[in-house]
Amino acid sequence: MSAQFPLTLNNVLVRRQGKTVLGPVDHVLNAKGATIIIGPNGSGKTTLLRVMHGIERTTGGQVTWAQDDPAKHAFVFQTPIVMRRSVAKNLAYPLELLRVSKDEIAASVDHWLARIGLERSRNSPATRLSGGERQKLAIARALIRQPDVLFLDEPCASLDGHATREIEHLLKEVACAGTRLVMATHDMGQARRLANDLVFLLDGKIHETGSADALFAAPATAELAAFLRGDIVT
Amino acid sequence: MIEILDGLKEAFRLVLGFDEELLEISLRSLRVTLSALLIASIIAIPLGTYLAVQRFRYRRIVISMINALMGLPPVVVGLVVYIMLSRSGPFGVLNLLFTPTAMIIAQVIIITPVIASIAHQSMRELWAEYHDLLISLNTTKRQRILTLIYDGRRNLLTAALAGFGRAIGEVGAIMIVGGNIDHVTRVLTTAIALETGKGDFALALGLGFVLIGLAIFVNIAIHTLSRTEREGLW
Repeated sequence: MSAQFPLTLNNVLVRRQGKTVLGPVDHVLNAKGATIIIGPNGSGKTTLLRVMHGIERTTGGQVTWAQDDPAKHAFVFQTPIVMRRSVAKNLAYPLELLRVSKDEIAASVDHWLARIGLERSRNSPATRLSGGERQKLAIARALIRQPDVLFLDEPCASLDGHATREIEHLLKEVACAGTRLVMATHDMGQARRLANDLVFLLDGKIHETGSADALFAAPATAELAAFLRGDIVT
Repeated sequence: MIEILDGLKEAFRLVLGFDEELLEISLRSLRVTLSALLIASIIAIPLGTYLAVQRFRYRRIVISMINALMGLPPVVVGLVVYIMLSRSGPFGVLNLLFTPTAMIIAQVIIITPVIASIAHQSMRELWAEYHDLLISLNTTKRQRILTLIYDGRRNLLTAALAGFGRAIGEVGAIMIVGGNIDHVTRVLTTAIALETGKGDFALALGLGFVLIGLAIFVNIAIHTLSRTEREGLW
C-alpha cells in the first residue's frame, strides 16, 4: 500500500472571479480502488481533480497527502496533450525528467508501446495519431512513472466505443495492479463498469458519496437518483 | 530593364568566373552574418522562451520593448556602436572599430530583438499547448524552457532565419562600424553601396543578385539540414 495515502481534503474552496466553483469540500481518499466523480457540467469535477493533483490553487482549506511525492501521481486530461515529438519520445519524456538511465527508459518505452499497441507508430509524430491512440499514449505516458494514483478527467469523452473499451481495459489492468484511479466521467455506463466508489458533485459541493454498488442501487438523494436516471439536474 | 539584364549578366560572369574578390566578400558576408546569428540566437531564443513561461511584474513592458526594438534603425545602432568602440569611447581600448568583430556586434544588436520577439510568439503558443502537461509532470522552470525549445525548434528556426534575413541584407550599421575597407570589412551589401555610388549599376546589381542567391541558398541549406519538411506536422 502506498505511503502517500490517505489524501485528505479539508474545507477546500476554489473561487474564480468572485464565484465559488468548488467547495467547501471535505473528503478522504484511501489507497485502494477506483473513485469515479460524476455530476452535471460545471459541478466542479475537473476542478476537484486538479486540486487533488495539485495543479489548481485553492482559495481556502487544505489538501494533504500522508506523504506527498509529486512523481507518484499523474494526470490525464480530457483533451490528450501530445508533445511535438515521436510516439516513443512522448513516452520517454516523464522518465527523462527523472534522469532515469537510457536502458531503463528504452525498456519501459518498449513495454508500454506493446501494451497500448502502438509499436508500429514508435517513430511517427505523435500528432499524427487518432484521438483514441492519442489518449492511450497520454495514459501510457502518465503510467510510465508507475504512479500510485492516476487522475483522469473524462479520458473517453470524445472517443468511439472501440477506443473507450480499449482504454477501460487498460485502466482495469492498472487498477488491478494497484494503481489508485480517480476519474471524472459523464458516462454512467463507464462509471458502473469501473467504479468502486462514487462521488456525486453538485454546484461545486460533494452532494453524495459512497460505494458505487450502494449508490447505484439506492441513491440517498433525489438529485443523484434523477442524475442516474438521466434527468437534467441543475 | 536593360540595367537589370546587365546586372544578371554581371552576376553570372562573377559567379561563373569564380571571381576571387566576389568569393572573398561573399565569405566575409556569410562569416559576419552567421556569427551574429549564432550569438543572437543564443541570447534571444532562451529569452523569448523565458518570457513565454515566466510571469513577472514588468513582463508586458519587457515584451513591448523587445517588439519595439524589432524596428531599431540600423544607422542609429551603427552610430552607438561606433561611439562605444571609438578611441574615446568606453571600449576604445579593445581596438575593435573597423573590424569584422564590430560588424558582428552591430548585427547582434539589430537581430536579437527580431529573433526574441518571433521566438516569444511561437513559444507562447506552444506553452499554452503544453502548460497543463508540464505543470502536471512537476517540471522545473529550466526543464520547461528546454522542453519548449526542443519541441519548438522548427518554429525557432523560422525566427533565426528571420534574423538571418535581416542581418545579411543590413548595410547602414556595418558601413559605419566596419568602414567598408577593402579586404578587411567589405561585405556584399557595402560593396553594392560602393558600386552604386561609383555609378557601376551593372556590378552593383550583379552583387545584389549574388546576395539574393546566397540568402536563398543558406535558407534552403538550413531547412534541408533540419529536415523541416520531412517530419510532417511539427
